[in-house]
Amino acid sequence: MYSEKVMDHFRNPRNMGEMENPDGVGKVGNPVCGDMMELYIKVENDVITDVKFMTFGCGAAIATSSMVTELVKGKTLDEALKISNATVAEALDGLPPVKMHCSVLAEDALKGAIEDYRKRKVESKV
Amino acid sequence: MKRIYLDHNATTPVHPEVADQVCRCLREDFGNAGTLYSYGREAKKLVDDAREKVATLIGARKEEILFTSGGTESDNMAVRGVAYGNINKGRHILTSTIEHHAVLETCKALEKEGFEVAYLPVDEYGTIKVDELKNAIRSDTTLISIMHANNETGSIQPVSEIGRIAKEKGVTFHTDTVQTFGKIVINVDEMNIDLLSISAHKLHGPKGVGALYVRKGVKMKPVMFGGHQERKMRPGTHNVPGIAGLGKAVEIAASDMEEEGEKLLRVRERLWEGIKKNIPHIRLNGHPTVRLSNTLNISFEFVEGESLILSLDDHGICVASGSACTSDSLEPSHVLLAMGCVPEVAHGSLRFSFGRGNTEEEIDFVIQALPKVVGRMRSMSPLYREFLKKQKESA
Ligand SMILES: Cc1ncc(COP(=O)(O)O)c(C=O)c1O
Ligand code: FES
Repeated sequence: MYSEKVMDHFRNPRNMGEMENPDGVGKVGNPVCGDMMELYIKVENDVITDVKFMTFGCGAAIATSSMVTELVKGKTLDEALKISNATVAEALDGLPPVKMHCSVLAEDALKGAIEDYRKRKVESKV
Repeated sequence: MKRIYLDHNATTPVHPEVADQVCRCLREDFGNAGTLYSYGREAKKLVDDAREKVATLIGARKEEILFTSGGTESDNMAVRGVAYGNINKGRHILTSTIEHHAVLETCKALEKEGFEVAYLPVDEYGTIKVDELKNAIRSDTTLISIMHANNETGSIQPVSEIGRIAKEKGVTFHTDTVQTFGKIVINVDEMNIDLLSISAHKLHGPKGVGALYVRKGVKMKPVMFGGHQERKMRPGTHNVPGIAGLGKAVEIAASDMEEEGEKLLRVRERLWEGIKKNIPHIRLNGHPTVRLSNTLNISFEFVEGESLILSLDDHGICVASGSACTSDSLEPSHVLLAMGCVPEVAHGSLRFSFGRGNTEEEIDFVIQALPKVVGRMRSMSPLYREFLKKQKESA
């Protein structure tokens, strides 16, 4: 039911693990089935230089977390914000319809991390 | 890669002798069992022989066995048929929260038609509380439907006690024995069972065939129409190959039921001991002892079941889970929730169910592979990381 690409990212997740002193953290829970995703970013000059994730969830949740980290690495924050759950799903050669909500988790975690970074920046200036 | 099949509560591999029987029927015995000439008589004999075997295994009479397309149909027919057949007495049905969807959804449909259904709760082991059942019976209760053993946890329900109470109160008693038929001794008279559902494919038989036992004298209405077969309760040309296959599967199960049960128990306990020793933060779902000898349902904390299934599949190991992420409805197992499991625990549940042919070598392979799989998923889990942090802090 999953594409080979999904299985590849599930078997060998990229950028999995915790990050020391991240610049932004996105933590989201999935209202649909109750899963969780955390995404951590390091940012220099508005560019995402490093990104990591940890996920408690299904194969699609893990694969989409992994894929979103690949997609955003090296991107500016504004570029990264343009990445939607559909982009992530497409990059994985599609997801079964019942699993599309898992990719929303990835998008939300990314947005959360960027928002967190921007909030911290504003606060540190105050 | 060698594959290890541990999902026998979902379905079982067809026994070679059953496959031979089915093939022989398909090739040679094509007759319609309702016709008078030789081909028809031969087909009818196959159906009659199978009926006899099914009846014998549960201590019933041949005429009380109706062949169906499987467990789902048998459950539908029993619940709906008895509900409709006793409207003059009342419209109240008693069942439980852990029934198979074939019973639950039929009850929900009946509620829309004006029937009243009480869904009895279970304790932490997934067992019905008989007292509550007794108290829930009303003068207008027409049917009690409680399964024999639950397909997810294997917890065995106090069916004999329920049967006795039902008889005392004059209420018709149906039990879904899809998971126990051919595995546990059943006697419909001793256990006061009025209707009982059977499915062949859980018993190393073919898919799409089953039976419903209906005690003589039970009032019920047919839910299908169109022919005289199966006492007009289940019309339609007989599925002779399937029915003959069910007969063969019953014959094999009956020949070594006790022996096979002991073997399955040894296999199950070997896996449980191995898992307990090698993997921390787990819990058993279901009754510790009053449980089907082939079923082991365990929750692995901090991880999710679908990802475990996928990883185990990479090792050739086939199992099931009660995780929300494995169901099309994205709801966690209704059985585990009914037992009081929080959704996170249901999330990390795996069901191992054994059958004829599983070996100790296979179990040892699983015991080797499972800690790696669980460990890998835990290493990705933010819940596990939080847990470790808390543990460190308190130490
Ligand atoms: C307890 C129980 N009842 C009914 C069924 C349905 O049986 P069938 O697949 O033959 O329709 C199953 C199988 O999933 C079951 O486990
Ligand atoms: S995270 Fe639950 S279905 Fe994907």
